[in-house]
Amino acid sequence: MAREASTSRKLTYTVIGWSIGLLIFFPVIWTFLTSFKTEGEAIANPPSFLFFNWTLENYHEVQDRSDYLKHVINSVVISFGSTGLGLLIAVPAAWAMAFSPGKHTKDILMWMLSTKMLPPVGVLVPIYLIFRDYNLLDTQLGLVIVMTLINLPIIVWMLYTYFREIPGEILEAARMDGASLGKEIVYVLAPMAVPGIASTVLLNLILAWNEAFWTLNLTAAKAAPLTAFIASYSSPEGLFWAKLSAASTLAIAPILIIGWFSQKQLVRGLTFGAVK
Amino acid sequence: MATLHTRTSARYMMAPAVLLLLAWMLIPLGMTLYFSFLRYNLLMPGMEEWTGFLNYKYFLTDPAFDDALINTLLLVGGTLLITVIGGTLLALMLDQPFFGRGIVRLMVIAPFFVMPTVSALVWKNMLMHPVYGLFAWLAKSVGLPPVDWLAQVPLLSVIMIVSWQWLPFATLILLTAMQSLDEEQKEAAEMDGAGAISRFIYIVVPHLARAITVVILIETIFLLSVFAEILVTTNGGPGTQSTNITYLVYSLALLQFDVGGASAGGIVAVILANIVAIFLIRMIGKNLDR
Repeated sequence: MAREASTSRKLTYTVIGWSIGLLIFFPVIWTFLTSFKTEGEAIANPPSFLFFNWTLENYHEVQDRSDYLKHVINSVVISFGSTGLGLLIAVPAAWAMAFSPGKHTKDILMWMLSTKMLPPVGVLVPIYLIFRDYNLLDTQLGLVIVMTLINLPIIVWMLYTYFREIPGEILEAARMDGASLGKEIVYVLAPMAVPGIASTVLLNLILAWNEAFWTLNLTAAKAAPLTAFIASYSSPEGLFWAKLSAASTLAIAPILIIGWFSQKQLVRGLTFGAVK
Repeated sequence: MATLHTRTSARYMMAPAVLLLLAWMLIPLGMTLYFSFLRYNLLMPGMEEWTGFLNYKYFLTDPAFDDALINTLLLVGGTLLITVIGGTLLALMLDQPFFGRGIVRLMVIAPFFVMPTVSALVWKNMLMHPVYGLFAWLAKSVGLPPVDWLAQVPLLSVIMIVSWQWLPFATLILLTAMQSLDEEQKEAAEMDGAGAISRFIYIVVPHLARAITVVILIETIFLLSVFAEILVTTNGGPGTQSTNITYLVYSLALLQFDVGGASAGGIVAVILANIVAIFLIRMIGKNLDR
């Protein structure tokens, strides 16, 4: 390239970039650091940044006092369960739309998208009452169902945009070579579809893990995932910042890592393919 | 390729998704609409009766609704302003080559992956607490009186928290759009003698316009429904100072058990969201044709 950035310019941007980056990331770093402090040090004034007695005590306490693991399992069941169920329903639909589109395929897609734009409070009352009447309140099953339905449009859309990029000619070529439908799927389509499905799974796990409207409204002690469990730290009795930080660190770490790996797919999934 | 046979099987393949979403949309929404015309309180079972538009009248004339509507607009507008401007600047910065750019990008997008209840509580306690919070310490160390953020400026505090969560989204989308800009076009403009500023105004901004529109529309849809951040920080208060429409409907439904009133509020929220949704759907639809 003709215009190589001069070193001094690059250094200036390095300083600016890192300062701003660290500033934005700071609340996460601070949570991480606080999780290793004692409760006393967590509220110390002036605050101690690195030179405190690092302890793992909070992580033990979080587990002992509130059965943290139970909430982790709830989060895992709800996010993986809804993602799996969603895929099962969405893959055939997206497949059909991408490979044998009809006159109304586009309308159906747009309509699916419009269901995602329904504000949850619009259906809060009936869903709550239905859940109450069918004993689904505070159950993993109930949340898996709701989470599957609210994310289904995004899954279908994302899969559709990926499937559409698989060239149809390849299918025809395979068919001319005498491949059966089964072979066609296993040897030709699956390898090309897997990356798209994988990205869809990642995005959906992130969305389901962090969902905080239905989880807060439909669960109590038993089926509460981490979002709802951590909300219980908002009660004003006592300052449990170190424990809050430990619980938070554990709750966000896995999703942060998944999120970092799926940045590109995130753009595509959340803009419904409008920005690539 | 689409033979009659494949068309039929395509219908079967789409059926579960279509029917489930249809049910998910029509049944509860129909129930909300129906309840919104009833006097129906869970604390008074068996007293349900048809009241026509009375719930709407109560909801729309309730002073809390005015506050909630204004708060919703401020929350959405304020957050959009911060995230779009901030996101553009961050995307411009991340588009420049510098050392460790990949790591900085990871740090910038991180807040988006933090669950809403965690970000709200971390901000509420460890940053905004009037005595032990970091902001209070910073204020004191430069000789200013500490601010009790969530009590004195509750809505602004919520806007700050929500903006922190959504800044990465705007940045990431604008950066993606920026990187899809044709390098040759920029270089050609540069060779024709266009300076950095005019290159930005005449080439980058028009190219970004579409992406910015997408950011605004999608964020609006989500921001209209901000809930967890308000629930764990201010509970909508003090008074109704940080109550938005979503929170108002929630409190009618699950704190006051007023099914009729909450349903009317829910329908109002749906109408508000639909106004935005129509624009978004049109835009994405156009994109699908290309």
